[in-house]
Amino acid sequence: MTLVVQGLCTGYGRIPILNGVDFTVDEGEFVGILGHNGMGKTTLLKALMGYLPATGGRVHFAGDDITALEPHRRARLGLGYVPQGREIFPGLTVHDNLRMGCIERRDAGEDEIIANVLEEFPRLKPLLNRIGGALSGGEQQLLAVARCLCGGPRLVLLDEPTEGIQPSIIEEIVETLSRLRVANRRLTMILVEQNLDFIAQLSQRILVIQKGRITQEVRPDALRDANLIGEFVGIAT
Amino acid sequence: MATPLLQTHDLSMNFGGVRAVRNVNFTLAEGELRCLIGPNGAGKSTFFKMLTGQLAPSQGQVLFRGHDISRAYAHQIARLGIGIKTQVPSVFDGLNVRENIWLAASRIGHRDEARRLVDEMLERIGLTKAASRMVGQLAHGQRQWVELGLVLATDPKLILLDEPAAGMTHDEVFKTAELVREINRTKALIVVEHDMQFIRMIAKQVTVFNQGSVLLEDNVENIMRDPRVRDIYLGKQAAA
Amino acid sequence: MSGRSLNLLGLLLVGVVGLAFMFLTPRLAELDTVLDLTVYIIMAVLALSLGLIWGYGGILCFGQSAFFGLGAYAYAIAMFNIGESTVPVLLAIILPAAFAALLGYFMFYGRISDVYLGVITLTVTLILFNSVNSTAGPNFHIGAARLGGFNGIPGIPPLNLPGDKNAVIDLEGMFYLSTASLLLTYFGLRLLLASQFGRIIVGIRENERRAELIGYDPRAYKLATFTIGGALAGFAGCLFANWGNFVSPTIFGLAQSAQIIIWVIVGGRGTLIGPIVGCIGIQWLSAALGANQPSGGSDLWSKIFANAPLILGSILIAFVLLVPKGLVPTLAEIVLSLFRRGRRSEQRGLEPQQAE
Ligand SMILES: Nc1ncnc2c1ncn2[C@@H]1O[C@H](COP(=O)(O)OP(=O)(O)OP(=O)(O)O)[C@@H](O)[C@H]1O
Ligand SMILES: [Mg+2]
Repeated sequence: MTLVVQGLCTGYGRIPILNGVDFTVDEGEFVGILGHNGMGKTTLLKALMGYLPATGGRVHFAGDDITALEPHRRARLGLGYVPQGREIFPGLTVHDNLRMGCIERRDAGEDEIIANVLEEFPRLKPLLNRIGGALSGGEQQLLAVARCLCGGPRLVLLDEPTEGIQPSIIEEIVETLSRLRVANRRLTMILVEQNLDFIAQLSQRILVIQKGRITQEVRPDALRDANLIGEFVGIAT
Repeated sequence: MATPLLQTHDLSMNFGGVRAVRNVNFTLAEGELRCLIGPNGAGKSTFFKMLTGQLAPSQGQVLFRGHDISRAYAHQIARLGIGIKTQVPSVFDGLNVRENIWLAASRIGHRDEARRLVDEMLERIGLTKAASRMVGQLAHGQRQWVELGLVLATDPKLILLDEPAAGMTHDEVFKTAELVREINRTKALIVVEHDMQFIRMIAKQVTVFNQGSVLLEDNVENIMRDPRVRDIYLGKQAAA
Repeated sequence: MSGRSLNLLGLLLVGVVGLAFMFLTPRLAELDTVLDLTVYIIMAVLALSLGLIWGYGGILCFGQSAFFGLGAYAYAIAMFNIGESTVPVLLAIILPAAFAALLGYFMFYGRISDVYLGVITLTVTLILFNSVNSTAGPNFHIGAARLGGFNGIPGIPPLNLPGDKNAVIDLEGMFYLSTASLLLTYFGLRLLLASQFGRIIVGIRENERRAELIGYDPRAYKLATFTIGGALAGFAGCLFANWGNFVSPTIFGLAQSAQIIIWVIVGGRGTLIGPIVGCIGIQWLSAALGANQPSGGSDLWSKIFANAPLILGSILIAFVLLVPKGLVPTLAEIVLSLFRRGRRSEQRGLEPQQAE
């Protein structure tokens, strides 16, 4: 068992958002999360990463209770997070951003890690000396994903990683992540996405979140069924 | 021929050695809806920034209804009638939804008129119930709607939308497409988007940017079939 | 109760308490106390001027004391030359306002970044301090007024009722005048902030780029805000020069500039009551601490600025760390949340909460 979430509750100030979320993710599993805007997808990832305090419930990661752990301690345990809205270091160059991602790594040299990651994200190579804040929206998003991978995470939390990325690069990211999964059978991922193709191609299971609870679990092929999708995320047909 | 609504001549932007936009000649007719697509970093947002006075072009001109606005300030251009929804939502995070829209509405109408406009706009963007919520606390997609409402409330003649569907769920994307078509009944628009489903729902004429220049301009069917566009932008599965 | 009626209730409360304070204090308190309170209140007008431009306009000005000092000096110099106070009072408002407008024009239209704005305003204040400080000697005079350098200008003639040179306002009169000025300033600013102008400057503080993109010129709005702040600070300076019949370059000093910022931080940015509470509270505390200090001199200045810097500094740090929003906003939050909790138990769960 990699991640066990039991009855997780959290919210902003006095506004409750998650009202008892239960699920488990096994080591090596890629799990997608679907739901309407405002149902708590981002909140869930923030709570898993420790940016929001749990007001109820437990979170266990690899056997440890991490419910009350601070975000940087969770990062050290191997949780990697790519927030929505690409929070890169705007004042640092692309290269320095990647180096920041390597800081916690002990197992390999920085140059080696960065070279490997750049193999997967060739579009970043010509931009290495550019200031992060000057990148285009899509370039920043790519950088955010690449930086997360530099940290060699065991569990990756991705919040809408395809937002603002051109179609062909989305395909490349799907390939990259699938390759990483093959290379490292223990890599685990939780993916929040609006792009149904992307989520269907990468996830083995999909959890549907409604009003702060996980209400259903579906198989990725169900996403080809327009009626079912309409039920989960409400596509106007 | 009537003067076009918007025209650029040899418009260019250099950042040090980076040539983000190169000699773009672009024309938009009154009432037109144009989609703008192109790879990440192709210069679409930079182009928008020059049209709205957020960046002064390194070279070239922007003509709006025949007036040269290339050196005008952002607020002057806004008053001439160009509104923009930026790529990263730019709203008044510390104020509530109603106050956000009011700030925009009160530039064109006073007191009761502004208030009426605000109510109308809240209804239109579906946030009447959330009117007193702090915008900074809303979900990403909802903030996009607030920004759209802000822009519409100033009643511009031309609206630039930089990735309006980003962060929206599927039904919201549909709603946005509908809204875009509805806006287009009275206003001209230029829409940048990477969501091809969305582009198909709204597009007639499409301009493709690549490496700062216009690669081609055609109707949406031809663009989707063009091998160059597939190669640099759409990828393999685009045929589907 | 809606936000609006709460607002009205607050206004009413301030009005009633303010008026009661104004009319009762001279009847109940010793003249000494009234004299002390008067200067606290004058300083509160100064605090409000920064409360406006920083708290609402988002302009962090380290040089509010420049306008305060200019107002005081303008009044003093004009008074020695004219002898009747109407024109000097007007000058004490117009001159600092014009100076703020000029300075603001270069800063805002030159698109100087916030950090440099702080540096520039601070520098201007120090330049004023140094120039005025070095005007000792009989050859530095403007008309009949000798500038006096670091010695300052003593014996400034007091205010009189407009038009009548001999109807001089006495100490108790100064108290009434200062309190009335503070109340007027407070309500005037409330009106200003409720107007379209006020809401736009808050919008600009929140997101300048967005304000521009919907068609407001941030430079013009900031300039106007800054100028109003300068005028208010100048007016406070005029009252201050009257209160002690004395003004010296210390008024431009670093200590004075820092004090104003501390008042606003402690009281709370983004409110008007906050700066008043912070200002009066800290001055009272400084005086209480200063009274226990044997080394403190007995002239006016040490009475005002006598402080135990260490203790005050600690208080400031504690505030920045523990109550970063300031006293008034934090208290308001606590009261509101108690109030809401009381209500929520009655109508819990009517509306599903959403957010992400
Ligand atoms: N201030 C700047 N300094 C240096 N380079 C910049 C600056 N702003 C943009 N660029 C570069 O110019 C190019 C064009 O950027 P722009 O944001 O216009 O792209 P875009 O077409 O909007 O891309 P996306 O689809 O990813 O949003 C990018 O390569 C970007 O890195
Ligand atoms: Mg862009």
